[in-house]
Amino acid sequence: MKKLILPIYVITLRDLKKFFRQKSRLIGMIARPLTWLFLIGTGLNQVIKGGLGVSYIQFILPGILGMTILFSAMFSSISIVWDREFGFMKEILVTPVSRFSVAFGKIVSGMLVSTIQGIIIMAAAPFIGIRFTIFEALLLVVFIMVVSICIAAIGVFIASMIKSFESFNIIMNFIVMPMFFLSGAMYPISVLPRFMRYLMYLNPLSYGIDSFKHVMFVEFAHFHSDFSLLFDVVLMVAFTLVSTVLAAFAFDRQQKE
Amino acid sequence: MNAIEVKELYKSYDGVHAVNGITFEIGYGELFGFLGPNGAGKTTTINILCTLLKPTAGQAFIAGLDVSRESDKIREHIGLVFQETTLDNELTTFENLLFHAYLYGMGRHDAVKRIDDLLSMIGLQSKKNELVKHLSGGMKRRLELIRGLLHKPRVLFLDEPTIGLDPQTRANVWGFIKEMKRAEGTTIFVTTHYIEEASDFDRIAIIDHGRIVAVGNPNKLINEMGRATVTFGATDGATVQTLIGHGMIESGSGEYQIKTEDPDLFLKQILNLSGLKINEFKIKKPVLEELYLSLTGSEIRDEYVDRPRKIRGHNR
Repeated sequence: MKKLILPIYVITLRDLKKFFRQKSRLIGMIARPLTWLFLIGTGLNQVIKGGLGVSYIQFILPGILGMTILFSAMFSSISIVWDREFGFMKEILVTPVSRFSVAFGKIVSGMLVSTIQGIIIMAAAPFIGIRFTIFEALLLVVFIMVVSICIAAIGVFIASMIKSFESFNIIMNFIVMPMFFLSGAMYPISVLPRFMRYLMYLNPLSYGIDSFKHVMFVEFAHFHSDFSLLFDVVLMVAFTLVSTVLAAFAFDRQQKE
Repeated sequence: MNAIEVKELYKSYDGVHAVNGITFEIGYGELFGFLGPNGAGKTTTINILCTLLKPTAGQAFIAGLDVSRESDKIREHIGLVFQETTLDNELTTFENLLFHAYLYGMGRHDAVKRIDDLLSMIGLQSKKNELVKHLSGGMKRRLELIRGLLHKPRVLFLDEPTIGLDPQTRANVWGFIKEMKRAEGTTIFVTTHYIEEASDFDRIAIIDHGRIVAVGNPNKLINEMGRATVTFGATDGATVQTLIGHGMIESGSGEYQIKTEDPDLFLKQILNLSGLKINEFKIKKPVLEELYLSLTGSEIRDEYVDRPRKIRGHNR
């Protein structure tokens, strides 16, 4: 048991230390969503009026929260590729810890780093007129954590599939950006043509953002959310379990080659 | 049981044998050198022995444990210093070491004490809280060396430990390695192509094209290789020539050479010859480098380019 838990703790500790040490990275990670929220949100706020029940800038906050998690959890786990490139992964792999716990460690640290950033973005809500109770805030944090684990696991899975960080732009353009736009972050899923809607159903982030909408727009939930909260939670947990197991096995398998 | 036993070990990539049926064993506490040109199979062998690669065929045991089936247990007993740096540049010296100690299940108290001892032994105590990216190449190497020994491994693998180091750091590194071997009885497996470094190893193996071409004590191997060359200068060359007779070669400007099994005896004989005006002589025994070159040839080898070049210098 110690053998399984210890590396998770150590790997998480390392990533958190580096996260707080690299102030520029932290600032960059928070600046991006805030820029989207206030520049795109404010701009489109003037164009898109009515029909939503909330202002556009309020409407995209759950989506921006999803974006924060998507970027931070994904890149936190893909740092496995960096570690491999710079040799540090070799140091981890010759220690007696199991490959599975290395993969889990990466997922847990991705989850924590991403949750911290999610909470910071969540704190922007009162400034744009969204208020929630303490209970709702705690519920939101739980959902943020679940979405974070899911995305971090997908990140570990992808990192186990790619060989070098030249593939990085490909991931950005073909996985991360589509995941963001096909998640209901910028517009309700219901306004899209059917084939795009099916793609959204395959995207775990859709259910995460939908769960945020349930909590943030309690009285408008019937209008803005695309699924029921229970459906969101069940799907997120399912995606998280599947992606975590896939990530652990993909990581383990890759090291055996 | 020996510290390391290797039996008919093979590793092939697409039909090319990187390791082509090698057999050797290393006793506990031995300092064993693995010499060979680039691409001879040294690193492949190390990677198999430290469970990072699976052999295509054959067997290898570390402390009696099978590398193919008991890799998790083996990892507890081995330490490794790779050819390339495997430190985390964004962490401090101490954090890199503590991370390592924790992954081997050491408690904080024991780890900190051991880290302090090793840091002062290798002379890095003053860099304890420095970020690794601010250390020089030599310091990083020394840091990796103590990291490899932190968890008191039974076998320490060093892949080209002194590559790119200045002579002072090399001497420091070897002094430290030999001290640890003496103090903790660590078995040490070193690959190198700095041949002169291997001359005082307990035993060496010379590997070429994936095969071991010689194995044994370096001095014994040299003696088996053959005769010494005596070079001397003499003003009265013609007389010397007639007195000694066959086998003497004039190499110009009053210098002469002769090959002999026993150079000391030969020189005594010469001195006993009266009337000679020999004003200098020196004995040149074949050194390890010559043995090495005679076994592996002197042509330059390029490393097999079997994987894409790593990109370095990027900031994380």
